[in-house]
Amino acid sequence: MGKNSMSLRGKDVLALADFSAEEIQMLLETAKEMKNIIHRDIKKVPALRGKSVVTLFYEPSTRTRSSFELAGKYLGADVVNITAGTSSIVKGESLRDTLYTVEAMGVDAIIMRHKAEGAAEYASRVVSPVIINAGDGAHAHPSQGLLNLFTIMEKKGRFEGLKAAIVGDITHSRVARSDIQGMRKMGIEVHLAGPKTLLPRYLFEEDGIYVHDRVEDAIKNADVINVLRIQLERQKAGLFPSPREYARIFGINDARLELAKKDVLILHPGPMNKGLEISPFVAYGANSAIQEQVQNGVAVRMAILTHALTGGKEV
Amino acid sequence: MKTLIRGGRVIDPANKIDKIADVLVSEGKIAAVGEALSAEGAQVIEAAGKIVAPGFIDMHVHLREPGQEAKEDFGSGSRAAAAGGYTRVATMPNTKPVIDTAALVKAMQQRAAEDAVVHIEIIGAVTKGQKGEEMAEVGDMTQAGAVAFSDDGHFTKSAKVLLNCYDYLRTFDKIIINHEEESSLVEEGVMNESHRSAMLGMKGRPTVAEDIAVARDVMLAEYADARVHVAHISSGRAVDIVRQAKARGVKVTAEVTPQHLTMTDDAVELFDSSTKINPPLREQKDVDAVLAGLLDGTIDCIVTDHSPHAQEEKDREYMYAPSGFPGLETAVGILLTDLVHTGKLDIATMVEKMTAAPARIFGLAAGSLAEGMPADITVLDPELEWTVDEKKFYTKGSHSPFVGRRLKGRAVMTFVDGRLVMENGEVLA
Repeated sequence: MGKNSMSLRGKDVLALADFSAEEIQMLLETAKEMKNIIHRDIKKVPALRGKSVVTLFYEPSTRTRSSFELAGKYLGADVVNITAGTSSIVKGESLRDTLYTVEAMGVDAIIMRHKAEGAAEYASRVVSPVIINAGDGAHAHPSQGLLNLFTIMEKKGRFEGLKAAIVGDITHSRVARSDIQGMRKMGIEVHLAGPKTLLPRYLFEEDGIYVHDRVEDAIKNADVINVLRIQLERQKAGLFPSPREYARIFGINDARLELAKKDVLILHPGPMNKGLEISPFVAYGANSAIQEQVQNGVAVRMAILTHALTGGKEV
Repeated sequence: MKTLIRGGRVIDPANKIDKIADVLVSEGKIAAVGEALSAEGAQVIEAAGKIVAPGFIDMHVHLREPGQEAKEDFGSGSRAAAAGGYTRVATMPNTKPVIDTAALVKAMQQRAAEDAVVHIEIIGAVTKGQKGEEMAEVGDMTQAGAVAFSDDGHFTKSAKVLLNCYDYLRTFDKIIINHEEESSLVEEGVMNESHRSAMLGMKGRPTVAEDIAVARDVMLAEYADARVHVAHISSGRAVDIVRQAKARGVKVTAEVTPQHLTMTDDAVELFDSSTKINPPLREQKDVDAVLAGLLDGTIDCIVTDHSPHAQEEKDREYMYAPSGFPGLETAVGILLTDLVHTGKLDIATMVEKMTAAPARIFGLAAGSLAEGMPADITVLDPELEWTVDEKKFYTKGSHSPFVGRRLKGRAVMTFVDGRLVMENGEVLA
């Protein structure tokens, strides 16, 4: 560190759209160092000693919340978890008042997940601690976008010229939006496919983003396929006829995988519906980096916390 | 008691007057409009360089009484109206309880008499509780003085219910004002469905929801030979439907708001719920189309859809904030700045859309400076520059997307029944 004059200290992490390619690259480089720490016997560095971090989750989460918590703890920060079901949020406290309460306790960062698009950006305008968006509705999930990029960098060694497919429920997916923003910044071509009922009608009109009617066309010769989670309630809402038909027409299975490059990298944000959007063979196959993504998630979140809270100078 | 408003440009579209003239007011009525009128015994108000017009009328406001006085009441809402240059407003019945009986209409008229500084007309609900199921007692409410009927805020899902209401109201020659968004297409939507909503991940309210609602309701009105008024039109295609219907002789009229005439969904920011309105801010092609519709007469009048909410209701996540913002105090300034001074809209047309047109559609004894009419008068200074400051609002509402805008032109005097109730932005009553 220190070679770079860029500093993200004090910067809210709301969406990858707010970061330059150079800043993303810097975060990924730091994440690489952080991943080494995770592999140590004693996984503790003092980078964030004396800092306090709150995770404020209004929606259920296993991997994102716990990986942020571990990321903070590996770096020596004090981490407190607040979840909607066990706090005064159930008593009807407004987001603003909850934020004031957390701020008053003197925290340095609030890691927030919320159902409403823009909730993190709203929070950033209400209180002074650094706000890290751990997912706001269908809008953004920047740490997930970043860990996907990190996984691609590790496995492919480059971004420029790669072809990525994002398959499934684009409409409701904050992961898709963060992927699209991050991948485009790094020069990856993005191909989208899924049932038309799960693709926004007025989609991304930017260069380098392609929308396909058929999954096969999107994944043809792909270097990366990010398979999005299909929530079963979308079927109840009438957006596709049945899980069975989804799996047959849009699911990523061995036969379809033949269309992609031989060394295609399979990503999934989890939790998976095996047999629906992804077949078990693909999920656990040689091309899958799905477990690796989870570990990378901790490393990337360590990088985010380090940069946002210290400017990355003290590792 | 006489007042002479001297030397202003008098724009009185109902009487086809647009000239430099004096307006003489006596005993709360218009006594004369003419050149070099005698000032004898009259208080003289110099209006050179100003526009003198019939008092502005807003047929679509939400003054929130009864039941939601934390958002607005007749005192605060009517002062906001006076401050904005309005002398008469019609308040919508989506209140708690819903205004759906003659007793409630009369109670609200009583409240207006007690607290309001401008005329307040009461719009009754079309259906009981605005539920879209059973017809409300619209005959009884008409006799109590309800000015029109609306389930505004709600789309009437059942075509049969709406057709019955159209037919039944023929006896009373009253109009239904329809909120036109087909509900199944907008259930969770918080902004226009567009490229911007796709990028933000926000659920959309597509223009087609408005288009098919307007198409259905206009076809039903044609079938029933009934009168229908389309509330706050915002979609270009819906404007086309109204234009075609008018050409066929359908008794349809329409209104538009300053926000739908001047703003697009590019203004939507996730952290600020001020732009959350129904129907939502649309794209530029729709903004262009509603302006074209206003200019060619497809759209008859301009309303504010003044929809105040309490500060704490709006100051929260976009998704959870209620829709609407207070518009009475900014409408004239926005229209003058963005449409009149830019040459898109003639000021005489603007005045017509805010005075004579609503009076004609709703059968009001207002919107005219003819001798003997109530002396409801609005004086505009089209050149006065000012900045929209929420702290100076008379409304209880907050979160206007126009806050901070530097505007050119505003109402500087409002007379109600000959009495000066607002001067230079200060409400005097």
